[in-house]
Amino acid sequence: MTPFKTLTSIVAPLLRDNIDTDTIIPSREMRSTGRTGLSDGLFAPWRYLGERVPDPAFVLNQPAFASAQVIAAGANFGCGSSREHAVWALAEYGIRAVIAESFAPIFYGNCIRNGLLPLVIDPALVAGRTAHIDLPAQTLTCDGAVHAFDIDAEAKAMLVEGLDAIDLTLKQRDAIAAFQARDRVARPWVYLDSVR
Amino acid sequence: MFLHERTGAAALKSLGQHNRAVADPARVFAVMDHIVDTRPGRSDATLMPGGQAFITETRAACRDAGITLFDVNDAEQGIIHVISPELAIVLPGLTLVAPDSHSCTQGAMGAVAWGIGSSEAEHAMATGTLRMAQPKTMRVTFTGTLAPGVTAKDMALTLIARHGAGGGAGHAIEFAGDAVAALDVEQRMTLCNMATEFSAMTGIIAPDQKTFDYLQGRRYAPADWDAAVAHWRTLVTDAGAVFDREITIDASEIAPMVSWGTSPAHSVTVGAAVPDGDARALDYIRLAPGAALAGTRIDTAFIGSCTNARLGDLQRAAAILKGRHVAAGVHALVVPGSSAVRRAAEAEGLDRIFIDAGFEWRMSGCSLCFYAGGEGFAPGSRVISSTNRNFEGRQGPGIRTHIASPETVAASAIMGAITDPRAFA
Repeated sequence: MTPFKTLTSIVAPLLRDNIDTDTIIPSREMRSTGRTGLSDGLFAPWRYLGERVPDPAFVLNQPAFASAQVIAAGANFGCGSSREHAVWALAEYGIRAVIAESFAPIFYGNCIRNGLLPLVIDPALVAGRTAHIDLPAQTLTCDGAVHAFDIDAEAKAMLVEGLDAIDLTLKQRDAIAAFQARDRVARPWVYLDSVR
Repeated sequence: MFLHERTGAAALKSLGQHNRAVADPARVFAVMDHIVDTRPGRSDATLMPGGQAFITETRAACRDAGITLFDVNDAEQGIIHVISPELAIVLPGLTLVAPDSHSCTQGAMGAVAWGIGSSEAEHAMATGTLRMAQPKTMRVTFTGTLAPGVTAKDMALTLIARHGAGGGAGHAIEFAGDAVAALDVEQRMTLCNMATEFSAMTGIIAPDQKTFDYLQGRRYAPADWDAAVAHWRTLVTDAGAVFDREITIDASEIAPMVSWGTSPAHSVTVGAAVPDGDARALDYIRLAPGAALAGTRIDTAFIGSCTNARLGDLQRAAAILKGRHVAAGVHALVVPGSSAVRRAAEAEGLDRIFIDAGFEWRMSGCSLCFYAGGEGFAPGSRVISSTNRNFEGRQGPGIRTHIASPETVAASAIMGAITDPRAFA
């Protein structure tokens, strides 16, 4: 996974609450069983008029935001379906961070697993302007003002170091096996290979 | 954990590409539900362009990994969150995940069950674990008694309408109180199903005798039943436990609910007027603030989904539809939540009631809860739907969805307009 350290980008404003993953990537745009080929369907309901004609009113179609790598949105961004395709589509399109008042939990986790930074900070501070994000320092700089932000320590480490979660967990293989051995005695019905 | 055909092949293939194996295939199940055709006589072919590859690749990947698959025409096929309890795959005290946001449904069985993404699904399969930040705790207590004709769906929509679609963010929720204890197991699933629409990690209900009676004798129920039940009886919140947040709702105040906008939080009682405030939502749904929601013409009625397509849902809708017919011009269909629900409904003659009332009687699957391309509603349709999401475009481009209980869908289908189901009590 590509590490995320610093990023400077214009911030595309998409200041609505409850932007759902069906809108970020509709089911009908998930055409292959893989993780690629999704950027064309990103925000398809809002981005296109009819058959793939760009809607000039949509922010990412506007020249000022054509190169935006950051989106600013309202509350509960990424609600709805758990489809990780929403994150894959954003990343493939070139979005590296989303700034929002809050995130839906599954979307947030999907971001961390894919090197996309979900940043909880007042979107009004940055929408439409150029922002500099320094993840190791946990600061966002915009219009000369420096804003500190919080992020879970493990999520930060995963992003900054580009760590693979499965590799990390498999280092604790022995502890997992020991737990399961105890649990098999306490709750044998949980383990379908033996008793159910 | 559970996989489905929409993402199962991708997760299993990705594991293989990283030279990782499924740690314990016996604890992984898969089912074809998301894009499978729901027309009778179905095969692997889908109405969604290219959908067949999702089915055939998932089937092959499950076979290679040694994962039990409930295939397209398997007797136990159905929507994950319907079949998992039916087969007693989910049990009290289990942790259960699936790459499907409505996995929280299964918290109704006293399990910790939640939706994850594809990468997390790979992690769960490779390690038998997930890395989690501990959620905050919330208890939502429904006191009192529901009025006749009011359901768990109305409880969920009342909660979300009052506290917002992000109201549960960061929390795992225990649903408690007399009105929750009084719900049957199926309706408890409906309530927990909507926890994700509240942005909660999950919803959970303490297991009780109803839970145990529901599970006993089902395919994967524990062999040592008494030992399991003895353990499950301990899975209750301690008296005096402190939650990070408490919400209390008087169930006797709840009335049948219907959504007016493009978020489940945009819901009001069926007798209320369309509220003012969200111009974009009103523009999409094409309703004027102040207008009566009841009486709004509908084109389509849909009963289905992991929220409201269990046997009890079909029984209550059929009780309203019996001897009646949907209004002229209304397209109506019912998609049972599982193949077992379909069989049980047919054994009671519910299929005849639906068909005689003018409904299509479908095979099981997620069906038109969302639009995957291919099969959809007529352009611009206004749909009354027993599903969980009324997002812009969720059921197709320009489709205007009103979510409600199966009873409200049935009553509205008969009248051709949004209707309080208590009119048919």
